[in-house]
Amino acid sequence: MTMARQLRTQDLSAGYDARVILKDISLEVPAGRITAIVGGNASGKSTLLRTLARILKPKGGSVLLDGNVIHDMPSNAVARIMGLLPQSPIAPEGITVVDLVGRGRHPHHGLFSRWNAADDRAVTDALTATGIAGLAERDLDTLSGGQRQRAWIAMTLAQQTDLLLLDEPTTFLDVAHQIDVLDLLVDMNLSRGTTVVMVLHDLNLAVRYADHLIAVAQGGIHCQGTPADVLTEATVKTVFGLDCRIAIDPVSGTPTMVPIGRHKSGSVRQETQPSK
Amino acid sequence: MTLIIDTQAAAPAAHARNRGTRRAVMALSMLGLCLVGLIALTLSCGQGCLPPAHVLTALTGADAGGADFVVNDLRLPRVLMSLVVGLCFGLGGAAFQVMLRNPLASPDIIGISAGAGAAAVFAIVVLSLEGWAVSAVAVGAGLGIATLIWGLSSGRGAAGARLILVGIGVSAMLNSVTSYLLLDAPAWDRAEAMRWLTGSVNGAQLVQVWPVVAALVVFGGLLALSARDLDLLRLGDDAARALGVRSDATRFRVTLAAVGLVAFATSAAGPVAFVAFLSGPIAARLTGGGRCILPAAGMTGAVLVLAGDYAGQFLLPARLPVGVVTGAIGAPFLLLLILRANRNGGTL
Ligand SMILES: Nc1ncnc2c1ncn2[C@@H]1O[C@H](COP(=O)(O)OP(=O)(O)OP(=O)(O)O)[C@@H](O)[C@H]1O
Ligand SMILES: [Mg+2]
Repeated sequence: MTMARQLRTQDLSAGYDARVILKDISLEVPAGRITAIVGGNASGKSTLLRTLARILKPKGGSVLLDGNVIHDMPSNAVARIMGLLPQSPIAPEGITVVDLVGRGRHPHHGLFSRWNAADDRAVTDALTATGIAGLAERDLDTLSGGQRQRAWIAMTLAQQTDLLLLDEPTTFLDVAHQIDVLDLLVDMNLSRGTTVVMVLHDLNLAVRYADHLIAVAQGGIHCQGTPADVLTEATVKTVFGLDCRIAIDPVSGTPTMVPIGRHKSGSVRQETQPSK
Repeated sequence: MTLIIDTQAAAPAAHARNRGTRRAVMALSMLGLCLVGLIALTLSCGQGCLPPAHVLTALTGADAGGADFVVNDLRLPRVLMSLVVGLCFGLGGAAFQVMLRNPLASPDIIGISAGAGAAAVFAIVVLSLEGWAVSAVAVGAGLGIATLIWGLSSGRGAAGARLILVGIGVSAMLNSVTSYLLLDAPAWDRAEAMRWLTGSVNGAQLVQVWPVVAALVVFGGLLALSARDLDLLRLGDDAARALGVRSDATRFRVTLAAVGLVAFATSAAGPVAFVAFLSGPIAARLTGGGRCILPAAGMTGAVLVLAGDYAGQFLLPARLPVGVVTGAIGAPFLLLLILRANRNGGTL
């Protein structure tokens, strides 16, 4: 069982160079739960995640990990507590899957320590959990997009951190594998108490899998709370600029969003926005 | 929990990892054997061949009846110089290529070698400096050029085509500075001028070798300490930083180490053409691109310089400095890389 880690922000502003993307964000990631960050393209989801992960320096305010300002902590210490799957990591040429996953062990090693049995176990576990043990010796560049994505997830798992931050872990994955990855995260969460924060584009999967939902829009957090509270027609309209209906997911019993487009929306379209 | 189905049984990580390690060890041993063979060849066979026994007695200091002068005063300094210079260029070149994720971003293409070379010539011809002082000026110039190119291409992180192009321009400018300085130094003969234009280990002396050995220890050591972090930077800045790598500090250390290696080697043997550029890709082929790429590249560099120098002296119709030989090998390879980069959409 992992330690429950407290990750929160205090009046956090984040951005790049002179541009502030997110202003005055105060949030607390529920320890030992699964949090999903949703929002439109370029709304600042990745920026938020990267700032939380100590990769971007805040423009103002701070990120606190267990009460300590994360940017004052040594990077190696943070990396033993928190793992991050970036949105677009780079696959170096000629690296095998097992090599890549093994890189996840880096924070557990000093300058002169050697690879040990615990490392092998962590790597094997990560490969097995993501279902790519059979691909261990393959070159990363010979894999399909989905297989590669699972290799990256395996690398983050091999890091064996209490906190796991993932930026769109389900991109490139087919429907079945998306569900598999999300189930895997729930497994990690239930069996080891891992706190998960992930950026997801699929609102309905976010609602189904997350305990806590954060909607990012207009340079800040539009609203946050339980998925049932956050997912309303009004929220979807402000955050995504999309008309929708909320229904009950017949499988999970959670709310689910049914989009209304300009076409193929039957009679509902006329009801919501009568044509001129 | 439902696992994502994979047909093959779970291969234990240890097994898969060992296979990669075996390949790297094989490659390193092969390079080591090549080096030993080349050193033995160069020490024993020149204008005439000496029996190995004579070479050994000469090396151990015993009187070997004339072999002593040929082996210890002529061949040994030349071999040592080739070896250390090759190691420096190989290590420095591969460090840049790995850090900038681009095989074209080697110090001899983006102008660092040219800068160190021009500075060394300036130090000798204009400032009348010698020995360590020349190396120091070369290192300073190398760092200056690195900063300049970084600045001009505002290259944060990975090197785009921009950094390469700026570097090639700066490199051409610096080469003409070297030519100009050489024109102004009538006391020098053609051979000496060739050294600064293409690189040569002709007439190397032991006293010139030691500064390069020292650089190899200091800067090579610094590079070795940063090797793991450098390797992680290949995954991209975000992934590396999430794994606890201090990316900017690592880049700074690696730049310093690589410039130091290349500048010291250049101030001793001139900018031996394309050795820095060729070593990394060859080493990557041999080792399969794992973590051993830096030592493998160093050894590849040494093999290239030793073999190139030997070929230039004894195997070709005319006596040529090593840089001409390595340049002749490197130029087609450069063309090949550029063509391939173009076909891949021009992102280099
Ligand atoms: N490295 C960067 N330098 C400068 N600006 C950036 C950088 N990365 C992102 N931005 C800008 O910050 C804003 C937010 O980007 P961010 O990547 O956080 O969006 P996102 O919500 O993750 O979008 P997506 O859903 O497309 O991934 C965008 O306007 C983007 O152009
Ligand atoms: Mg994003």
